[in-house]
Amino acid sequence: MKILVCISNVPDTTTRIKFLEGNASIDTSGIQWVINPWDELSLTRALELRDDPGSGVKTVTVAHAGPASSEPTIRKALAIGADDAIRVNCEPADAFFTASQLAAAISKEGFDIIICGIESSDFNGSAVGGMISEFLGIPSVSSVSGLSIENGVPVFTREIDGGRESLKVPVPCVAIVQKGIAKEPRIASMRGIMAARTKPVRVYEAVDTDCLTEIAGFEKPAPRAECKYIDPDDPARLIELLQNEARVI
Amino acid sequence: MSVLVFTENWDGKFKKLSYELVSYASAIAGMMNMKLTAFTIGRTGEEELKELGRYGADRILSLVNPALEVMDNRAWAKVIADLAEKEGSKVVVFSNNMTGKALAPRVSVRLKAGIASGVSRLPVSTQPFTVYKRAYSGNAFAGVVIKSEIKILTLAQNSYEIIEKPTGAIPETVEVEVDPSLAVTTITETQKQTGKMLLTDAEIVVSGGRGMKSADNWAPLVELASLLNGATACSRPVSDEGWRPHEEHTGQTGKIIAPNLYIAVGISGATQHLAGVSSSKYIVAINNDKDAPIFEAAQYGIVGDAMKVLPKLVEAVKTLKK
Repeated sequence: MKILVCISNVPDTTTRIKFLEGNASIDTSGIQWVINPWDELSLTRALELRDDPGSGVKTVTVAHAGPASSEPTIRKALAIGADDAIRVNCEPADAFFTASQLAAAISKEGFDIIICGIESSDFNGSAVGGMISEFLGIPSVSSVSGLSIENGVPVFTREIDGGRESLKVPVPCVAIVQKGIAKEPRIASMRGIMAARTKPVRVYEAVDTDCLTEIAGFEKPAPRAECKYIDPDDPARLIELLQNEARVI
Repeated sequence: MSVLVFTENWDGKFKKLSYELVSYASAIAGMMNMKLTAFTIGRTGEEELKELGRYGADRILSLVNPALEVMDNRAWAKVIADLAEKEGSKVVVFSNNMTGKALAPRVSVRLKAGIASGVSRLPVSTQPFTVYKRAYSGNAFAGVVIKSEIKILTLAQNSYEIIEKPTGAIPETVEVEVDPSLAVTTITETQKQTGKMLLTDAEIVVSGGRGMKSADNWAPLVELASLLNGATACSRPVSDEGWRPHEEHTGQTGKIIAPNLYIAVGISGATQHLAGVSSSKYIVAINNDKDAPIFEAAQYGIVGDAMKVLPKLVEAVKTLKK
């Protein structure tokens, strides 16, 4: 079985987000770019499965839509343990554009399970994974918090309101995953970093496709009111304020 | 030409979030001079469906077919896209919940419709169609212009007020055609806790972090939540340690919630945690450390020992209820 993990490049979460020129775009200077956290967990799970001899998973490939400057992120994924990579050479515009590019490249190869993180920590679009599955015309499972392989068949755990379900979906399919898929992201070892340098990265040129949305600009959330402190010896005052001032209880 | 809103049902019932969706979609229909169609998938009672008419739905549809009993993303997305085409829908609204996230992207590709997901307000303009959505894990709002003819929006829960706008619409049940070869999801096992309030539905949430010191200290926190008719939540280290169930983890990689009131007890307020709760209307912080970053995000704060403060809060709420 071949697994593909789609990865995107995002600013490290602890980055203080700043805007340029009247909030039109993000100030990218000084940003530390990392693999999107959910994609990192997806990759970790895929590698766990590959490293389990009984699973039937032979290879783990990562795919990324981005310009050559994204190479370090791809190499990071290879260093963590992916066998090879696909890069679609383009500026990832919106979700539709990005998914369309990835789907075109994916369809030239062939994978059994395609794993995408539920959303990226920068745009929070929650769209690319689902879009890829529709472009490829294959089933998808969303809110996946667990993936195992039993007798060569993938079994997914899907989060639902109030609980979870185990379900089966034929391959090829897309799994859109969230927390729970792996406990901790795997870290690249020194050996992994060395090996990553020579692992294959296949580059596909962008296909002609549309971009359906554009960013008009950004807004900072309204500044929060200063914290009102209540005497720890008089917590009842808090309840009073919540009732009469905030009116939330 | 119409606006279409998907109001998911839970065992044939709607929730507050369903009415928020209808109110929101109805407002958009008003902005664009269009009618609103609300639909659900799966057999739903007449009285329950009629409720959607109270919030502005001009047409109410319940789509049924045995092949749709289990939610298969591909099969459901096709049914929804086909309906949108039939209705001439120009805007399709979903919730930004798990179901919405599963379906909206697939519908987007079928209709070649741009998506803005996690919106919390009405569009600021319809020409060009511009709407602000949550971005950078809650640290910014991005203004998205949807250029396609059909637009898809997914609405963040508890971000839009319910507005009564009775239409008296009579619900219709529609038997839809489904290609059974598309519905390939089989459920082998379900583990569900019924009766417990969903964290994402709760208007008040009381949450504990590592400052609670041990799983054994949770009783007063649980009691406070119960007295306030709220739900309990926790930070990531707490769920990782197994002190609380994973479902309670709120944060960037856990649940994103937007209650009216979020009480954070013994939580330092790391960026990743705040990403999960920054859309809360009010945040209260109780922490021994006056420099904990949580106080920068909170409107009300108590610098003190949670174990001493919680029981007093419980007493105060009990007194209030008398």
